[in-house]
Amino acid sequence: MPSDEIILMSHGGGGRRTQQLLRDHVLPPLDNPILRQMDDAACLELAGVQLAFTTDSYVIRPLFFPGGDIGRLAVCGTVNDLAMQGAQPLYLTLGLILEEGLRVNDLDTIMQSAAAAAREAGVQIVAGDTKVVERGAGSGLFINTAGLGLRRSGVDTHIANARPGDVILITGTLGDHGVAVLSRREGLAFQTELVSDVAPLNGLTAALLDAVPGVHALRDPTRGGLAAALNDVAAAAHVGIRIEEKALPVRPDVRGACGLLGLEPLSVANEGKALVICAAADEERALAALRAHPLGHDACRIGAVLAAPAGKVLLHTRIGGERLVEMPLGDDLPRIC
Amino acid sequence: MDAKLQEIRELAQQVGHPVQLMEVCGTHTTAAFRVGLRSLLPESVKLLSGPGCPVCVTHDRFLEHALAIAAQPDTVVATFGDMLRVPGCSGSLESARARGAQIQVVYSPLDALQTAKQHPELRVIFLGIGFETTAPTTAGALVAAKAGVPNFFVLSAHKTMPAALRALLVSGEMKIDAFLMPGHVSVITGMHIYEFVAEEFKRPCVITGFEPNDLVAGIAQALRLIAAGRAVVDNQYQRAVSAEGNQKAQELINEVFEPCDTEWRGLGKIPGSGLAIRAAYAAHNAAHVFPAPTKDVPETSRGCRCGEVLRGAITPPQCPLFRNVCTPSTPHGACMVSGEGTCAAYYRYS
Repeated sequence: MPSDEIILMSHGGGGRRTQQLLRDHVLPPLDNPILRQMDDAACLELAGVQLAFTTDSYVIRPLFFPGGDIGRLAVCGTVNDLAMQGAQPLYLTLGLILEEGLRVNDLDTIMQSAAAAAREAGVQIVAGDTKVVERGAGSGLFINTAGLGLRRSGVDTHIANARPGDVILITGTLGDHGVAVLSRREGLAFQTELVSDVAPLNGLTAALLDAVPGVHALRDPTRGGLAAALNDVAAAAHVGIRIEEKALPVRPDVRGACGLLGLEPLSVANEGKALVICAAADEERALAALRAHPLGHDACRIGAVLAAPAGKVLLHTRIGGERLVEMPLGDDLPRIC
Repeated sequence: MDAKLQEIRELAQQVGHPVQLMEVCGTHTTAAFRVGLRSLLPESVKLLSGPGCPVCVTHDRFLEHALAIAAQPDTVVATFGDMLRVPGCSGSLESARARGAQIQVVYSPLDALQTAKQHPELRVIFLGIGFETTAPTTAGALVAAKAGVPNFFVLSAHKTMPAALRALLVSGEMKIDAFLMPGHVSVITGMHIYEFVAEEFKRPCVITGFEPNDLVAGIAQALRLIAAGRAVVDNQYQRAVSAEGNQKAQELINEVFEPCDTEWRGLGKIPGSGLAIRAAYAAHNAAHVFPAPTKDVPETSRGCRCGEVLRGAITPPQCPLFRNVCTPSTPHGACMVSGEGTCAAYYRYS
């Protein structure tokens, strides 16, 4: 970046610009072998115990959206980052940055919701911090959570483990969270019964790993959606990925809203779905285990891992054509005609 | 679908020579890529992208004007999101926002009008971009503003399609065998606006929609007309497009706008191709209220060949900047920014 460059909103979008920012400005001064793995949670060994450790900040607007709020999101997001490492999440911290003027009633609702999500996930919030900033310095409330989990022995679900011949499964419909939140954005209210899928996935991944301990890779397709998650896998594992458009589970209302707003369901955020990559021989057992869990009811196979083209994600379209699925740039722009 | 694609292959053989079909509209370009259609067409049938991406054909001078307005105090510039990252010589609206300018991304000029109503202390300037599809809503917002929202303004870069098609055909730069015309523009304008293409320039025109079936049917019909040597305007989108179009919308456009000469990025100044706000609405015309910056704005610098891409003269991979230094995160031209842009479509999907 030139020296007069400044931070733009799209640097936080989870796509290409976020990657560049991390690669050029954040990671170099901090470099170490654990950080270099660049997964959603760090895998550590401490006195012979295998741990997963992660942190995430939540700045979502609006604070309340259909199906959840920032409190539930802050717990589930961090729990899921641990669950994707095949870990059992145990303890969370929770830091609040409150903006002057926030209604205490709203804070109460959000804290109740965070507590309920923690109970659902079977984790305890064991430390925290609270700061208040002047009006105008935040959009009501920001939350940071960090989480610690215990990794299962013999399980390694790092995305670099995907290998040619593997199948790619998704645990449910795509894009529900992103569209539900957009539907309540100021100036964009449209009628939909859609609710966010925000949920803790550790129960689902535990059931999956009980049935198939040898799952090769797990990833929750949050910011940047499935497109970003698959591109991450293709890059980390130096493999090609091919997905079938016909197989992608997208609710009709999500598809409709995406059409209206000029978004691709593939790059819209999810907060309660997991991408599962396993050997073809394990597909049936994995799907059975996922479908037996309430959060995996719609689990299905969406594609396969190939040897080539390495680092690329291809979509086999409904009409039999083929195209590239790019790493999303950042926040997708609404189209105008 | 397989049968329809097979029909296209047979028709292509029947035509017996390579054909170039221009899809005028950016939505068609993107739709064709998104469904993987290009990979299914026979070698001899090429799709060329035309000048129908509104953001892409918006001149740098317009962006400079918008940036100058955004720098004023108590001013909100409201824009469709596609414009946000378009790079001008003094930066983009996105970087202006990061430096403190008030830029509001809207999905409709009516959202901007609402902001103006809610904040009488601010001046809200909507950037009017687009063809006959978006112009009626802008016109509607101006009519509403005249009735009592004094702090709402429009900076108009609205354009109409026929004059640009004429310019393209007169230049003769490209060999175009037939046109695929945009369904949504035609919903407003009706079929008649394309008649000169068929009558004067002897090129078949097929109006079609944006679903895979529409695109395939449109291409098959274009090939059929080429094979038969028939230069006519054909409507493959009858479920939405009538011969006369939407007359209410046309009246609204005429009430608020008048034709003017305007500059197109890549095509230069085209007589009668723009929509200027009429004198009756001058109090809401941002071009009058906020004078344009006087500094000279060079068109597309740094070796960007967007202009040739917009005319269908080259495809994006033929531009030396494409994929090397020009990417969606570091765009050198508007065609790499807009969701409808040809360069962005090539970058994302091929």
